[in-house]
Amino acid sequence: MISVSGFLGQLFAIALALVLAPLLSGWVGQCRAWFQSRSAPPLLLPYFMLQKLFNKDVVLAHNASSLFRAAPFLIFGCMVLACAIVPTLSTDLPFAPAADALALVGVFGLARIFISLAGMDVGTSFGTLGGRREMLVGFLAEPALLMVFFTLAMIAQSTSLATIVETLAHRDLVIYPSLAFAGIAFTFVSLAENARVPVDNPATHLELTMIHEAMILEYSGRHLALIEWAASLKLYAYSCLGLALFFPWGIAPGDNFLALVAAIPLLLLKLAIGGAFLAGIETVNAKMRIFRAPEFLGTAFMLAVLGLLVRLLLESRV
Amino acid sequence: MSASIPFSAQLINLFAAVILLLAFAMLAQRRLPQLINLFALQGGALCLATLVAAVTTGQVHLYYSAGLTLALKVLLLPWILHRLVRQLKVKGEVEALINIPTTMLVGIVLVMVAFNVALPISELSHTITRGTLGIALAVVMLAFLMMITRQKAITQVVGFLSMENGLFLAATSATYGMPMVVELGIALDVLVGVIILGVFFFQIRDQFDSLDIRHMEKLKDN
Repeated sequence: MISVSGFLGQLFAIALALVLAPLLSGWVGQCRAWFQSRSAPPLLLPYFMLQKLFNKDVVLAHNASSLFRAAPFLIFGCMVLACAIVPTLSTDLPFAPAADALALVGVFGLARIFISLAGMDVGTSFGTLGGRREMLVGFLAEPALLMVFFTLAMIAQSTSLATIVETLAHRDLVIYPSLAFAGIAFTFVSLAENARVPVDNPATHLELTMIHEAMILEYSGRHLALIEWAASLKLYAYSCLGLALFFPWGIAPGDNFLALVAAIPLLLLKLAIGGAFLAGIETVNAKMRIFRAPEFLGTAFMLAVLGLLVRLLLESRV
Repeated sequence: MSASIPFSAQLINLFAAVILLLAFAMLAQRRLPQLINLFALQGGALCLATLVAAVTTGQVHLYYSAGLTLALKVLLLPWILHRLVRQLKVKGEVEALINIPTTMLVGIVLVMVAFNVALPISELSHTITRGTLGIALAVVMLAFLMMITRQKAITQVVGFLSMENGLFLAATSATYGMPMVVELGIALDVLVGVIILGVFFFQIRDQFDSLDIRHMEKLKDN
């Protein structure tokens, strides 16, 4: 069943994700610096960071268990799988039947559990604090993300991401108000899940406010490199998911090679705009207190549920 | 799929969804000036929805009611309210009786109830806008909720006006608007109501040095 071109396209999409993900992080960092009228770090900074970290030796705590060493590889694997499921260039993905939208939420959940466990493994108070906060944010963000996927699944009559994107990309011009609700909710969830400014600050090491950074304080060398790379892959997966679901134009249908090639510059353009947009959100918003996060994510959940209800009321008449 | 719904109806549905979203935003808003701006935006969305319905159906009086909405709810009433807030020197924060996330959850339940109640009614109607009846009912109920859960008199007035928006949307969606005389009458009522309430605000403040309506319970005979 798996066509050669589909398999090659899948491999190419994964390779592209691995290469582009640090670039996207660098681009967001650069935009952020520009918006805040600071001089920007180089665009390729994340690559230099990865190279530096891979060349360094790993320092392990005495009481670190094997879980602490295995977690970076597991997290990295989860994120690569997530990038493989999300249709970035074409909807003809041989890996797509392996996991639908709901399983994708599970993959993100698995990575979150392991990073929290790894954070608590060494037993420092920061790691435990970060792990707890991460689980709090995660458990509030997950239902909202699921509701967004349910709304989309009702439009496409399928929970497979490839089918959803296929349906949305190749439809007549129909306005779905429910998609607008789902889109806003998805933006909220992405900000929370990717440790972005209203919920967490990716650039901070201030102990009272950090969430993601607190968990990975004990990591060094190639482990830290893998975790940083996984974090940028997660951002890339979420960005591509958002773009594919809410701005699906230009994603190649099936295994059309020309359309696949044409999809690459369009994807780059969309990612560049999306990254600048993310940097804009991070610039105009202040970081919230951690106890405001439930309200923020509650709003996201409410919007997603409203999208679902609006879908049922306004758009269900065929 | 949904392609059988005509494009104009989709536009109206979109604006109705925006009105619903703004109703929730008003419910969540903590600051008074922003609340009034949100109310103005809701009026704008309502005006656009009415305008689309007017263009589609060619009913002349819908143009008038769209114009009336624009003049009254987007421009005049927000201006009056802003002026009141300035003159009364109300502090920006709105105090809610129930905390905001809980209010939102109650709001979702209200929306579900409204949608289910409206579904059989909208089946009876033949207008292109009938789908929005549920949303109109939901907006009315959310505005009610806002009036119940807020303490300051001005917020309650904004809730009252937002409820009027919902009623207006309901009228447009079910029967292409009320007769012009009724509409004008309601518009005048709302305007006069806000002006009188504005006078009341000053009286309340002079009496109690606060706009918190809980102080009015002291007025009971013992």
